[in-house]
Amino acid sequence: MRDTVRAARQQPPVAEGQGPAAEPAPTAAGPAGRPPWARSLLRRCWPPALIILAGLGLWELIVRLAHVPGYLLPAPSAIAADLAADWPVLGPALLVTAQEVLLGFVIAAVAGVGLAVALHLSPVARRAVYPLLIGSQTVPIIVLAPILVILLGYGIAPKLVIVALICFFPIVVNGIDGLRSVDAELILMMRTLDASRWAILRRVEFPAALPSIFSGLRIAATFAAIGAVFGEWSGSSQGLGYVMLAATPNLLTARIFAAIVLLTAVALVLFGVVSLLERIFVPWAPRGGPERKDPR
Amino acid sequence: MPGGIGTRAGDDAIELADVTKAFGGLTALAGVSLSLPHRSRTGIVGPSGGGKTTLLQIIAGLLEADTGLVRVGDATTAQQRLARCALMPQRDLLLPWRTALDNAAIALQNRGASRAAARQRTQPLFEQLGLAGFEEARPGQLSGGMRQRVSFLRTLMAEKDVLLLDEPFGALDSITRAQLQEWLRQAMDSVPRTVLLVTHDVDEALLLCQQVVVLSARPGRVVQLLAVGDGFRGSRREIVTSPEFASLKEQALAAIGS
Repeated sequence: MRDTVRAARQQPPVAEGQGPAAEPAPTAAGPAGRPPWARSLLRRCWPPALIILAGLGLWELIVRLAHVPGYLLPAPSAIAADLAADWPVLGPALLVTAQEVLLGFVIAAVAGVGLAVALHLSPVARRAVYPLLIGSQTVPIIVLAPILVILLGYGIAPKLVIVALICFFPIVVNGIDGLRSVDAELILMMRTLDASRWAILRRVEFPAALPSIFSGLRIAATFAAIGAVFGEWSGSSQGLGYVMLAATPNLLTARIFAAIVLLTAVALVLFGVVSLLERIFVPWAPRGGPERKDPR
Repeated sequence: MPGGIGTRAGDDAIELADVTKAFGGLTALAGVSLSLPHRSRTGIVGPSGGGKTTLLQIIAGLLEADTGLVRVGDATTAQQRLARCALMPQRDLLLPWRTALDNAAIALQNRGASRAAARQRTQPLFEQLGLAGFEEARPGQLSGGMRQRVSFLRTLMAEKDVLLLDEPFGALDSITRAQLQEWLRQAMDSVPRTVLLVTHDVDEALLLCQQVVVLSARPGRVVQLLAVGDGFRGSRREIVTSPEFASLKEQALAAIGS
């Protein structure tokens, strides 16, 4: 046996080093000093940042040169100034909306993943529910907002329901697809290793579906803010949507833009958190920027 | 490789009588009869697409034969056979979200052991297989030969009477392959099981097994049964250049070609 051991040791592994510290770096070896994730973040961020900066510069230039009145189209600098000046209004509104977005998203994530697992485990339920699920997407969910306000009142409840409804679909569909596309040989292998249905779900199918589930969550994260705003437009007295609505008749256009900036920030942060969670929970998944092959 | 691993004792001879299997209109197996004595090692060679994998899956209990009898010890139904057989698939199929040691220990966890207990029981063999130091490595960080050894250990840790190996080294380069064949020869001597090895490599079958079954192209049938006796001993070079080996190899190749 010892000979074999030695022979095996002489065989170099694919990656140098041992243990989890030797995670192969997804990026090409760059200048040392920064950790690889910071380098890849920097590398991925500067091209879009450049485009945004250029766009803002052009916008500012046009507004100034053409003397566009501020109530029609405020310059980025005016929006930034308003963001600071109106913070006593915008800050609390941001808090309200962020709460609606986050809670609604979490509800959708729990319910969506739960339903995906349930439909995966029961083919009968899947055949019964899946077509309805697809069909339900033809209902423009945001037009349900007024009805939900009538049903549930002016509080946070109707907003949560709308956010959750909007986020639900991509999460369920990606979840089911992910669970279903598990390599059939893996499941056969597990069956020869005494795995129960539950063990197969827990040790193979669910982990294998995680990248797909996170795809769904990321898509949902970008939708969530829309739901909150529509909920607020249908009846509320606080939140960024309400601020926009109240600013419109007064032609406080800079404030509307400031609210949009904050809404975008909410969606971006949620997206970032989901991506971060994916990094933590799916460390084995291949990833990268736009060059990554995404199933959706 | 002493100690650590036991099997649920019992007669684990394998008996196949006139087994047929078709998928749609395609006949994969057309009446295969085989007998594998208790704790023997049998190789199955034959052209690809000849139903070798199907045969293994039937014995393992993953598939039911259309007709004929399949018996592993006293287990005759697919469900019973599944509990008696461990199948090592062609691809290593290691789970990327588990470390090497956790991959090897998964069968114990499936049977209810805690992760810590499963790891602890797997550890000694993990080291004996020359994998020490790579416990926490992810499959992607291991070389092909190491992955195959982890996969073999995972099959071993199922603690079944019967080991069904489906081209375990098919995807490896010839040097690694020769090393792992050597290694498997020793492993099988020290952990006696009833072993069925599917391969398309006649040398591999003759080196590792006591009898070699030649299966025909689809529809699969047993064309020839070669007895290697107690199996070859000695160094690989001596064996493969010996006249007995050459003669058996020629017979096998002739049978495959027929």
